[in-house]
Amino acid sequence: MMSDSSGTADTRSGFGQSRPFAGPHPLSRAATALRVVLGIIIFFLILEFVTRLELVPPIYLPRASTVVRRMGELLQDPKFLRHVLATLHAWAVGLALATLISVPIGILIGTSELTYKITSPLIEFMRPIPSVALIPLGILLWGQGFSMKVILVAYATTWPILFNTVYGVHDVDPIAVQTARCFGLKQTAILRRICLPSAAPFIFTGIRISAAIGLIVVIGAELLASADSGIGSYILFVSLNGGQMDSVLAGAAIAGIVGAMINSALGLIDRRFFGWRYLGATPS
Amino acid sequence: MSTEGIEIDRWHPRAFNAIQSFAVRYGLGIALVIVWEYAASKAGSIFFPPPSEILHRAVTLWLSGPPSRLFLSGSVFQDVIPSLLRLLGGWALAVLVGVPLGILIGRSRNLSDFLNPALQFLRAIPGPALIPVFIILLGTESTMRVTLIAFGCIWPVLLNTIEGTRTVDPVQLDTVKAFRIPRHARLWRIVLPAAMPKIFAGMRVSLSLAVILMVVSELVASTSGIGYRIQNAQIMFLLTDMWCGIVLLALIGYTLNWLFLKFEDRVLGWHRGARGRTATS
Repeated sequence: MMSDSSGTADTRSGFGQSRPFAGPHPLSRAATALRVVLGIIIFFLILEFVTRLELVPPIYLPRASTVVRRMGELLQDPKFLRHVLATLHAWAVGLALATLISVPIGILIGTSELTYKITSPLIEFMRPIPSVALIPLGILLWGQGFSMKVILVAYATTWPILFNTVYGVHDVDPIAVQTARCFGLKQTAILRRICLPSAAPFIFTGIRISAAIGLIVVIGAELLASADSGIGSYILFVSLNGGQMDSVLAGAAIAGIVGAMINSALGLIDRRFFGWRYLGATPS
Repeated sequence: MSTEGIEIDRWHPRAFNAIQSFAVRYGLGIALVIVWEYAASKAGSIFFPPPSEILHRAVTLWLSGPPSRLFLSGSVFQDVIPSLLRLLGGWALAVLVGVPLGILIGRSRNLSDFLNPALQFLRAIPGPALIPVFIILLGTESTMRVTLIAFGCIWPVLLNTIEGTRTVDPVQLDTVKAFRIPRHARLWRIVLPAAMPKIFAGMRVSLSLAVILMVVSELVASTSGIGYRIQNAQIMFLLTDMWCGIVLLALIGYTLNWLFLKFEDRVLGWHRGARGRTATS
């Protein structure tokens, strides 16, 4: 049912977040940073070791160091950077479109009990439709270019934002609303000063989940629809042209780094602006 | 749920109430289907066939078999069931590997700090981007597709399990230690139950990811499956067939989610009861 937000809200982040808002001692923060750096180095060394065993021929699975070198080359190649920009462009436009559509609709649905009851079964039904199933339809309707990607991203990212907005607005503390009403606040003032602030963290969580989904969808669409530009079409191109696995893996790794960077940037914003909600909320 | 419900139905007979609640629940969906039907037959666009036509086509596609096979046609056994098996296989693999690994990592704060960046990075790699690699390493058979689904599904399960294991109430852990309760009992009776809600949340996210990855994996170098059928229909310009596939996938996604929620309610009912409605974190 609608009241179960755990499925969406829990994917908010990695596990660094569960620590309370107050933050650890600066010294232990430095130790954590050291561990993070060490962890990355060890991860790379393990990958390098495994790929050096050559269980499969290196043409199929190149060494980790080769992939890293290729990543360095790609990041200096303006052609590849244009692909990255194309991907990010479609992703950002789609996500912005989804936000502009679903936040107002979500507020409308969430504030009224009747619309909430009427629409929630429909949202529950539409939400699990896998957006990639629409890629073939998108190709037929909008071709293989920018607009197809944007529409697919917008479709896929609409649902988490809508769902979280509805949930956040609907879940506002009724006592706060009644108190405001007692003090004679107008409906719009209640919406602006009580509903929106208390729903804002939920909405942001929705946007953050959507950001990750959107990146997967846009790269998947580029790859499957053999789009004209983007990281996905680059990966498809190099894998078809003699299967240059180092380039494929380097492209995928760069996509992963971009995704991780977006996610942690949004995580920082989340904690900067909505950190207050972790104060009383953590059980430990 | 709500404090202020709909008040008009208070003194109506029960049958009326049932009709009303049905209308509230499904009214909008039914209305939209009717509008779609009307608009589509009026507009006559080949891209958006009316729902009646989709339904009709779906019946001939999947429910036209002999009675001895429950009226299921050959396509069900060729495409739908293999797809479902790959989906569930990949997801189950991800859960079976992800949960124990997550508990192992989550029990040690150092280990999870070390692994965090690598895991965040691995999780952020879009599954479709690795299809070329998986095809070269594992071929184009079901193994590749199941592995791809499992690879994509494991991260939410693993990360949520780690987080769930780490947020076990320290007072409970200290108490257990003070009473010298053996390690395995500590794991089964304190750590696992405390981590369960998070683990289930991860499993549910993974389940919807599994549907997506199943389709993605079948859109490339495939010879069977729902995704293959959809793509085939696109190439042959059979739009009604394509819509059938999309609707079927929607139904599969919805049903799996619904089944999982039922399962979760059963397994975690105690948790909701014990804590009331929990906060978001």
